[in-house]
Amino acid sequence: MTTKPATANTRDSVYGAANLAEVADTGEHVVPDLPQEPVIEATDLNVYYGDFHAVHDVNLAFGRGEITALIGPSGCGKSTVLRCLNRMNDLVIGARVTGAVTYHGQNVYGPKVDPIEVRRRIGMVFQKPNPFPKSIYDNIAYGPRVTGMKVDNMDDLVEEALHSAALWDEVKDKLKQSAYGLSGGQQQRLCIARTVATRPDVILMDEPCSSLDPIATSRIEDLMLEMRKDYALIVVTHNMQQAARVSDRTAFFTARPDETTGNRTGLLVEYNLTNRIFSNPDDSRTEAYISGRFG
Amino acid sequence: MTTTQIKPGRRREEGTRVLDTGQNHERNAGSLAFLVALWCSLAFGVLVLLVLIASTALDGAPRLDANLFTEYSSTLFEEETGVRAGILGSLWLMVTTAVMSVPLGIAAALYLEEFANPTRWYNRLIEVNLQNLAAVPSVIYGLLALGLLALRGFRQTSLVIGGALALTLLILPVIIITTRESIRAVPREIRDGSLALGATLWQTTWRQSLPSAIPGIATGTILALSRAIGEAAPLLLLGVATGIRFDPNGILSQFTALPIQIFTMSSQPQEEFQTAAAAAIIVLLVMILVLNGLAIYIRNHYQRRW
Repeated sequence: MTTKPATANTRDSVYGAANLAEVADTGEHVVPDLPQEPVIEATDLNVYYGDFHAVHDVNLAFGRGEITALIGPSGCGKSTVLRCLNRMNDLVIGARVTGAVTYHGQNVYGPKVDPIEVRRRIGMVFQKPNPFPKSIYDNIAYGPRVTGMKVDNMDDLVEEALHSAALWDEVKDKLKQSAYGLSGGQQQRLCIARTVATRPDVILMDEPCSSLDPIATSRIEDLMLEMRKDYALIVVTHNMQQAARVSDRTAFFTARPDETTGNRTGLLVEYNLTNRIFSNPDDSRTEAYISGRFG
Repeated sequence: MTTTQIKPGRRREEGTRVLDTGQNHERNAGSLAFLVALWCSLAFGVLVLLVLIASTALDGAPRLDANLFTEYSSTLFEEETGVRAGILGSLWLMVTTAVMSVPLGIAAALYLEEFANPTRWYNRLIEVNLQNLAAVPSVIYGLLALGLLALRGFRQTSLVIGGALALTLLILPVIIITTRESIRAVPREIRDGSLALGATLWQTTWRQSLPSAIPGIATGTILALSRAIGEAAPLLLLGVATGIRFDPNGILSQFTALPIQIFTMSSQPQEEFQTAAAAAIIVLLVMILVLNGLAIYIRNHYQRRW
């Protein structure tokens, strides 16, 4: 129901050959072999924390209308890669990034780029639901207010954002109440609504369901599938079933210990359509991880 | 992979009561002795305080009258001497100190906590020094304030602004440290959530960290102020006099403070002054208790649990 590989032989030249797959306009969700006109693209991305080389040479492209899952064992750098895409890693003291991350062709690490604008356009949802200690309404309105967005009618924007996070019906009568009165799953959907309100076209999710129960998780997953058409969704997950259920593409990361220092550097092993990764991965490490033999 | 084998406990005969060891280890002699020692320590502290307060209250009781609050100090009518100037002076001092120390302290704490890069040597130097400054005796700050006033060309240093300057220097490190602690208690996730929405560091600080930290900041500040108004040493150094017979009317006004008046009166030979000093101590204690009570109220009613 999620993916349809058209031709499956171009992945060796992921960043070279033109992609010939076409998106059929049948209403069915068809995913081309390679992202068409990628919204975000990471090229030779390396991340260092001080002297520690955290992520080595990552090349990835993310397209609109797709959900990409980043999977891999703990410490493989998948969250680090995610946080590089909207420059949240800038906030870590000693973090350094080389290579490029382009957003619609523009390097987000370029000298004239405003990291604030990057974060407004590339939204992020965190592992633990983190609503602000404010009302539900003010949680949604916060982003548009602080970024100085021109909003004709804040009430409409709040309603629309809550609708798009499938939360409106549950909270429409208590918009002025504290967000802390919501359940964990509702709080996480509020955080998604809050992100949507600043009108990004990419949403990064860092293990968005890891603190939720199975029912809340499945609601978030439904929401992700619902939102897919409008956004490029990039999801870090520890849950391989989740990656298999919702994502169109999967990037598998692993960690390689340095021979001299023993520090573990994360690297991208394989990036492909999800059903390829889970049925017939090219790399033996991917297969070992998928089948539960390591990680 | 090898797993460690954990041997199960010895099996007992059916019907034996393995939990009845015949003694209670929580109530043996050692534990009880320790408990008694703790109680004695507690009782010593509380009893000394109680006796002190009770004897002061008894001494001062005859002078806890209207004259105490309405009269200036008088050496002619010893039995009617009052601490009006001291009470008003202490209030002036407290407000001026608060106005100077609270914004400075909060701003310094916000810088250190949210903006400073802790790996830079100068920030680490400030960090270490703050801890040390909090432990500097108050006399030193009096000396510093005196020096600063002299540098600015003040001939008269026993002014409200001078005393407030000394007390500000005294409590600034305490305010900075408590403010930093309450800002640090605001979870990282709240900040990240705000920044990820495109808020600037300043907006995040102003709209998220600071409002959440206000109860903690208020508590710390009030406790610091209640320490400040009990101080006599730095004021003595500034030459603050006892015999002020007018109400202070501004920050450049001369003044006297309750601790100073208490200090002077209790060193007088006359019985009447001793009594008035005791009564003034009670007044000062009540002022401090009210402030501490306010701090406890704020802490209990506004503190956020994350």
